[in-house]
Amino acid sequence: MEKTIICECGHHNPPGTLICQSCGKPFADAKENMEASMRYEGTARRSQTYNRTAVDKIWNFFSSVKVGIWIIVVILVAAAIGTIFPQEMYIPQNVDPASHYESEYGNLGKIYFLLGFHNLYGSWWFIVLLGMLALSIIVASIDRGVPLYKSLKRQKVIRHDQFLKHQRLFAQDVKGDLGTMKIALKEQNYKIREENGSLFAEKGRFSRWGPYVNHVGLVIFLAGAMLRFFPGMYVEEVLWLREGDTAAIPGTLSEDGQYYLKNEKFILEFYDKNDEQFKDALQNTSNPVPKNFQTNAVLYKSDSNGTIGAGEIKKVKEGKIQVNKPLKFDSFSLYQTDFKMDELNAMSFSLVEKESQKKVGAFEVDLINPKKKYDLGNGYSVNLGKYYPNYFLEDGEPKTKNNVPDNPAFVFEMISPESTKKEKAFVAIKNNIEMEGNRYKVEFAGIKTKNLTALTVRKDHTLPIVSLGGIIFMIGVVQGLYWNHRRIWIKEKEGGLWIAAHTNKNWFGIKKDLQKLSDKTGIVMPEDRTAAKTA
Amino acid sequence: MKRNGRFWFRSILLALIAAAIGYTVYSSFFIKERTLVNSGDQAPDFVLTDVNGKEVRLSDYRGKGVFLNFWGTWCKPCEREMPYMERQFKVYKEQGVEILAVNVGESNIAVEDFRDKYRLTFSIPLDKNRDVTRAYGIGPIPTTLTIDKNGKVVEKTSRSLSNKDIVQMMEKIKP
Repeated sequence: MEKTIICECGHHNPPGTLICQSCGKPFADAKENMEASMRYEGTARRSQTYNRTAVDKIWNFFSSVKVGIWIIVVILVAAAIGTIFPQEMYIPQNVDPASHYESEYGNLGKIYFLLGFHNLYGSWWFIVLLGMLALSIIVASIDRGVPLYKSLKRQKVIRHDQFLKHQRLFAQDVKGDLGTMKIALKEQNYKIREENGSLFAEKGRFSRWGPYVNHVGLVIFLAGAMLRFFPGMYVEEVLWLREGDTAAIPGTLSEDGQYYLKNEKFILEFYDKNDEQFKDALQNTSNPVPKNFQTNAVLYKSDSNGTIGAGEIKKVKEGKIQVNKPLKFDSFSLYQTDFKMDELNAMSFSLVEKESQKKVGAFEVDLINPKKKYDLGNGYSVNLGKYYPNYFLEDGEPKTKNNVPDNPAFVFEMISPESTKKEKAFVAIKNNIEMEGNRYKVEFAGIKTKNLTALTVRKDHTLPIVSLGGIIFMIGVVQGLYWNHRRIWIKEKEGGLWIAAHTNKNWFGIKKDLQKLSDKTGIVMPEDRTAAKTA
Repeated sequence: MKRNGRFWFRSILLALIAAAIGYTVYSSFFIKERTLVNSGDQAPDFVLTDVNGKEVRLSDYRGKGVFLNFWGTWCKPCEREMPYMERQFKVYKEQGVEILAVNVGESNIAVEDFRDKYRLTFSIPLDKNRDVTRAYGIGPIPTTLTIDKNGKVVEKTSRSLSNKDIVQMMEKIKP
């Protein structure tokens, strides 16, 4: 291990120090790299100083900015991969995700699922990555922030000649009067300290804390994100609702009741092609451009005492749910998420006498909840014998794929006054099978459709924490960006005054300050050594 | 002294963050299960109307074992286990076990037809809006939960059950 560095002024500096913490004398190669060394006031980054135990080694690993950036890169790449296939919450709800990803997307889908990309924000390794990012931010900030704070707090008025000489803005042997300079600097809001005929002016030191404030915000933000996984903090569910249907809102069952939602109507509106304002833009697209997705909803609550489906249902309120305009109640919000237009809902038929082609009656079958018997009057009636909402043939036998009426098929029994015999007919879309010798047939007459809406049910108690983190983050950014830490050292020497100046950013600004000082007091403008070098 | 302080500060800070990450990962494994009903949980009470028009309330079966099955007429594995359920229902009915075969969102006609085809005699509550299915967090069907006489879930499975499976499950919830 390196030894402490003892400066000629007698100060003991920790190993790794670039500039003496007391008098400001630059050590070793700090002279040549004065500007870089000044970033942390030439203090030793602690991580590089002590490297003895395993704890120190872990600490030093996370202290590295390089490591921090790599963690960010890995997180970004993972997040990007997570968008290749849909996330778990957007796949159909009634399928097993394990087999769904494989059957839909093949081997890649299987790997995607196995590695947890299907539920990225919930996968353990992604959480660990975020945690490592938080750790990296905390450790790196402590390692740099604490020594910086200490050395800025301890800074002395009189600095070592070498320190002044190697600053970017420097002037030697200047003739001038300290008293008038002091007044001129005060006018520019500098804080001034004096010692033995030397002067130190400083302003905007707090801007140096900007990055650290910013990091505190970021850590609070990440903590808020982690809190999502804690019980009771976060709910996100999807609810599909047909027009006219009422269903319990998932996640809202509690001791004092259960919320229900009715979908009165789902509305999809498009921009008018002839709209004066958007005419030109709309010409560039052949498809209609949607303007509004809206669910007209009614919110109910039951006093169910924790029993699903029990209790009296009372209306709470009604409202429109539009994209980004959720319906809110208690700590829940309902967001418009998805929709399905024109799902088959009812089919109407006519009973026709085949020979005369005469219609003897009409009836309508509700495809979601069909009735069994349809009385057509005058002794005619139709029974619905069998119903297949999503019909297909398997080994010559009609079956249904599921309970969604995408391709309905029916077996009707037709009853007429003149016959006691029931005539049977199988009716499907574009596929009617009749028994030989039937006198009557069922003819398709029309359809009714309904729209479905999908709403996201969300409760998020982490939002205030995440917002607080965001606000602190922004304060840090502003603090660091819009203010600069400017310092001017004036040291009395035999040949005149030595003037050096430093700013953490915006050299133009500090030069303007010095110009004002020069105008007021008549001193020579310090030379910008960097500008001189490049010129 | 100073060196020691640094060691402890670093160790404690690293341990705290590691604990926070650990707990988050731990609870992320259970976040899904929290919204579901699992074995060991109290089975949420519900009221549904069955295919015969009778109101069925789960809590009315306190004191009895309940074999709670979620199914659909179009689901093959559901269809396979139904005759076994019927057979064992006849055996265990006398021993205080009820079967509630909750149909997930289908029409009366489809369910009646199915009931008649397999001559099912146990109660078939109709969960038209899927409220109960959602509240129980049922994913793929068939899913069966066995509930003991105190209303506690003993077992939950999404397999298609064999006759033997059903006997074993019934034995466990027999009061």
